[in-house]
Amino acid sequence: MIELYILLVVMFGAGIVSVAIKDLLASAIAMGVVGFSLAIIFILVGAPDLAIVQIVVEILTVVIFTAVLLRSTHIDETLESPPAVFPTVTFILFAILFMVFFVSALREFPVFGNPVMKVGNEYIKRAIAEVRAANVVAAVILDYRGYDTLGEATVLFTSVIGVLTILRRIGKR
Amino acid sequence: MKGMTLIVKVITRLIAGYVFLFGVYIVLHGHLTPGGGFAGGVIIAASFILLILAFGSEELRERLGYTYSSIFESIGGLLFLFTALFGLFLGYWFFFNFLPKGKPLALLSSGIIPVCNIAIGIKVGAGLFAIFLALAATKYIMKE
Repeated sequence: MIELYILLVVMFGAGIVSVAIKDLLASAIAMGVVGFSLAIIFILVGAPDLAIVQIVVEILTVVIFTAVLLRSTHIDETLESPPAVFPTVTFILFAILFMVFFVSALREFPVFGNPVMKVGNEYIKRAIAEVRAANVVAAVILDYRGYDTLGEATVLFTSVIGVLTILRRIGKR
Repeated sequence: MKGMTLIVKVITRLIAGYVFLFGVYIVLHGHLTPGGGFAGGVIIAASFILLILAFGSEELRERLGYTYSSIFESIGGLLFLFTALFGLFLGYWFFFNFLPKGKPLALLSSGIIPVCNIAIGIKVGAGLFAIFLALAATKYIMKE
């Protein structure tokens, strides 16, 4: 349990570094530290499916960010200017408001490490007999909850179409 | 995008095939071991991205990449959709598991789940490769 908290502290530190540092390349690497720590946390709490996806996606994200940043000057020049008053005050107010609701919502959660498993127990009991997939996660996302996966695939398709439409090479001259 | 040095090129030539093969393994064994269509597809895309990063890309290769990745992305999406729709044609419901289920822990088991995994793997691999090409590899010339 203690290693989870160490990783959480590392993630907080890396997140703050990635927002506040001036060199954007170092910022991308700090973002990678956050993602890989999250992958290690997934492994520690017993979610290898999510850990694989998180590691692979994080590698791709860091590679894409680095490849984009290496073509520019990769220095963030907006950090020098002093922050404006009105956005800062509004941000602090809404952050306090959000934290109040967030803490009251957290009270309703089950204790960390003790899941309720009302729905999950049914899937674990019935998945092998009904779907006969040894990986229960695959049985849930592609058989019981196939609609969700179809929606996710549609979202990815739409985002690819959007990127290719905005960034096409031959545009209107 | 320019290529990298000779060392990187030689190592990439050795490794890229195995990365691709590992992605295919993750996709095909999605219903038996951790992983599945999405993770395997991202690994497949990563093998192509490794090739582009090491060997560089010129205009012809990018145009080929765009063409093939859009074709494969559409094929994957349509395969997934028609697998789900085929249950309706047989008289059951959307996402009906119409294939024979087989024994647990066998490679050919659990009905349509391997088919859906392959479809998602093709779709995610092609889509992420296209996003990488558009965001990082292509050189844009600004015209006023």
